[in-house]
Amino acid sequence: MKQNPDYQGPILEIDKLSISFFTRLREIPAVMDFSVSVEPGEAVGLVGESGCGKSTVALGVMQDLGKNGAIVGGSIKFKGRDLGEMSQEELRDIRGNEIAMIYQEPMASLNPAMRIGKQLMEVPLLHDNATEQEAYDLALQVVTDVKLPDPKRMLDSYPHQLSGGQQQRIVIAMALMSKPALLILDEPTTALDVTVEAGIVDLVKDLGKKYGTSMLFISHNLGLVLETCDRVCVMYSGEAVEDGKIEEVFDRMRHPYTQALFRSIPLPGADKNARPLVAIPGNFPLPHERPPGCNFGPRCDYFEAGRCDQGVIPMRDAGPGHHSRCVKFEEIDWDAPIAAATETKSREIGDPVLKVGNLKKYYEVAANALFGGGEEKVVKANETLDFEARESETLAIVGESGCGKSTLAKVLMGLETATDGTITMGNKEIQSTPIEKRGTKQVAEIQMVFQNPFDTLNPSMTVGRQIIRALEVFDYGANDAERRERMLQLLDLVKLPREFADRMPRQLSGGQKQRVGIARAFAGDAKIVVADEPVSALDVSVQAAVTDLLMEIQREQKTTLLFISHDLSIVRYLSDRVMVMYLGHVVELGTTDQVFSPPYHPYTEALLSAVPIADTSVQKKHIVLEGDIPSAMNPPPGCPFQTRCRWKEKVPGGLCEKEVPPVRRLEGGHQIKCHLSDAELAAMEPVIVVHAAE
Amino acid sequence: MGLFILRRLGVMILTALCLTFIVFTLTNLEPNLEKLAKNQANARMTDDQVISWLDNRGYNDPMLIKYGRWLGVLPHFTREEDGEVVYSRCATPGTTIEEAGSFCGVLQGNWGWSTVFQNEVLEILGVRGWQTAKLMFFVMLVMVPGALIVGVLAGMKEGSKLDRSLSTFSIGTTATPEYVSGVIFISLLASPMIGPNWFVGSAQTAMDNITFENFTLPVLTIALYGMGYIARMTRASMTEVMTAQYIRTARLKGVSFQQIVLKHALRNALIAPFTVIMLQLPWLLNGVVIVETLFNFKGFGWTLVQAAGNNDIELLLGVSIISVVVVLVTQLISDIGYVFLNPRIRIA
Repeated sequence: MKQNPDYQGPILEIDKLSISFFTRLREIPAVMDFSVSVEPGEAVGLVGESGCGKSTVALGVMQDLGKNGAIVGGSIKFKGRDLGEMSQEELRDIRGNEIAMIYQEPMASLNPAMRIGKQLMEVPLLHDNATEQEAYDLALQVVTDVKLPDPKRMLDSYPHQLSGGQQQRIVIAMALMSKPALLILDEPTTALDVTVEAGIVDLVKDLGKKYGTSMLFISHNLGLVLETCDRVCVMYSGEAVEDGKIEEVFDRMRHPYTQALFRSIPLPGADKNARPLVAIPGNFPLPHERPPGCNFGPRCDYFEAGRCDQGVIPMRDAGPGHHSRCVKFEEIDWDAPIAAATETKSREIGDPVLKVGNLKKYYEVAANALFGGGEEKVVKANETLDFEARESETLAIVGESGCGKSTLAKVLMGLETATDGTITMGNKEIQSTPIEKRGTKQVAEIQMVFQNPFDTLNPSMTVGRQIIRALEVFDYGANDAERRERMLQLLDLVKLPREFADRMPRQLSGGQKQRVGIARAFAGDAKIVVADEPVSALDVSVQAAVTDLLMEIQREQKTTLLFISHDLSIVRYLSDRVMVMYLGHVVELGTTDQVFSPPYHPYTEALLSAVPIADTSVQKKHIVLEGDIPSAMNPPPGCPFQTRCRWKEKVPGGLCEKEVPPVRRLEGGHQIKCHLSDAELAAMEPVIVVHAAE
Repeated sequence: MGLFILRRLGVMILTALCLTFIVFTLTNLEPNLEKLAKNQANARMTDDQVISWLDNRGYNDPMLIKYGRWLGVLPHFTREEDGEVVYSRCATPGTTIEEAGSFCGVLQGNWGWSTVFQNEVLEILGVRGWQTAKLMFFVMLVMVPGALIVGVLAGMKEGSKLDRSLSTFSIGTTATPEYVSGVIFISLLASPMIGPNWFVGSAQTAMDNITFENFTLPVLTIALYGMGYIARMTRASMTEVMTAQYIRTARLKGVSFQQIVLKHALRNALIAPFTVIMLQLPWLLNGVVIVETLFNFKGFGWTLVQAAGNNDIELLLGVSIISVVVVLVTQLISDIGYVFLNPRIRIA
């Protein structure tokens, strides 16, 4: 039963909210003096880096802060009623009924031992006193609404039988079951692939319109917020630093943090040589170590002692509906060009150091992996890969999860051996030499930087010891003193203070840990470094710094960098050549310019369209791929992409379903694996158009 | 599923063979045999006499052959004198040599002759096993629901007063071995000198007629010990489940606490303890040995003690077969049950 059906006015009003967590040691303020309001039908974005308190706000609205958390000031009003003053029964009535939430990890948010239908039906059974049959009918209708195939079967499945995208659609369906007035989305697409993300974002926008739901959209992705929200609120270290209409904040930002954030993300136009990214210096302050005055002060370019580090800085009007928490926003010249960045010369690209010819990697999987038996199935993880990488070149490998990019990395490293084909490094073929059989020099020459810096360092060994250990493995230096010296040089190389040698990994931030990982990879003068999503686990402001570091080391050491990523913005920014993979095939290969401009492979086109770009002057063609990536265990016949391709009809005779397309060589070494005719390819329009600045 | 069970049965048979072979070897070591000979024939035999006694009965043949005979895959030992069979191991007291077949091992249903009880091993095991089965049934009836309730109640609100007191209780019961708790129970609850004389300190009468008075103490003694352990496991599993994100989903869907525990948490929380419970069953056989002796309840454990104390080789072997089978069967049940509890595991 909905309360106050006739209520007019803001759905959600958060006024000067402060939330603290209490530990044995101290009170940790997580959110301070936070105000925002959400009008009916409006979507408000909450952006900020991890730890800035945006999820705490969401849980505060739900009044679910756990045992240690408490609201210590301000109020949260939902439809005019203070949520803080409600009893548990009243809250239960609102949760899931009038305020629903969508979570970051769909798999973890669904009960693994309960059928999906039951989990969905629970909502109307609880809140609307519906009968089983009514609840089932509603569940069926909503599952159809979120565009899931075969809704009846869906309701009868367990969560693990669905793909990540389908699970997230179920979570959305669950939130919409009771047609809530307010929907809180906490990083709803962070765990999903870009093309799946694009589909989910589309769905949420459509459903928002259809049901007239207000939305609080929490994300760290500025591009995504631009695509979904009407207003945005930027948070930093527990405070809102700027809020306003989305165009206002994106084009006329009035807080240095917002500006710094935009300068640290790769937008079209950024270039690693001409216009490099500007990382935000310093680190995010820990909640109990916040500076006096402005929290962003110590990292701010415009910091002025005596003004910025004094007293409490309030939110002030910076235009109609636009607020900023900066004492000097009137004085700052917001249109001044970026000064700090220095232009660097691009280096010469040398001879090929790594050649991969017709590489195949198949896995044989028993149909029933757990208990054996049944037919053996072949997973074609890599199919006829053909490319070369040159000295001091950055070759980006792009694709969604399951496309085989990590398998390629494993085969290169020798963690797996190739099924067929050749990998030539220097002048030795290494495709069937596993890492145990490779010589020290060979191992040292090809190294890897891993995705998750939090898990790849040994938690019980000092940073210095871990680097020295790598040096020992590579037979570097004659004695411990030499190795120690080299270790300190490596710390210099990755711009970590030498004192860090004696620190434990837990004392380091994510970005610092990743620097240690980079130092370890370069310990043996690696010629080729495979960087597997090296920055995707890091915060935006840190990403820029780590990326720049990689580029700088590459310039100095003439390293070949194989940059595996799903983030096309960063790929466009730093790579020389790009290889796009789909279901084990290389579908497109060319220089960055060739790949990012037409003619595209249809998959590249969709991928480009799916990436959210945080720039209001960019216009994108809207292409949403239907369905999920097919399983590599059971790939479609013919072209791997044919099941989702929007150009399929243009190829006569159903050729796409019959034959794997040949590799087509276009001018300038650009390769595309597609059946489309030359004329069709030439007629393709660019996906991303940047309008001239106003 | 059928194939899976078949494979598991194969592995189980192999395991059973290995285990029984080990027990067979250990019980048929030379000193045991010497003791057997002196026990059976004459306590003052000379060493030569012992050897010839054993020779005459085939005890000095190689171990593997003896094992094969015991198992019933090799023809049993016979001694011929002047072309006439004068001794056959298959001839148990009461049957003649002619009537006895040449194979008489475990597989033929001939589990041997107990020297202590002067009876067929199989028959003794049947009678005694049935007594213990009754005891175990009541133990499980008390222990499993008790442990699960204690564990779930403790785990649903970690750190609460209820959790603390139930955890103390379960640690206390697990830390008290049966021979301590049994003695305490008898002296506190079943002695006319101190405290209430509610129960009977001996379960001898329970073999024919189970009553509340004579059976409560042995059941409680075994059940309490196992209960604490299972309750701890359940609590750990429950606390973990209660912090899971899908529990938060349910809470923010407006589900009441009681419903969260019953509908969302319980099934997930029971997956881990289920294996422990099934493992507990064979492990309870240990407790049975102590408790049956303590309460003078003549069951399986008591038989084991008698057999071991009197060097009754064939009875010991029989007991070991039963134990091995119980362990293996409960493991199989636990694997199959796991599949039903956890939908993420599916066996084709």
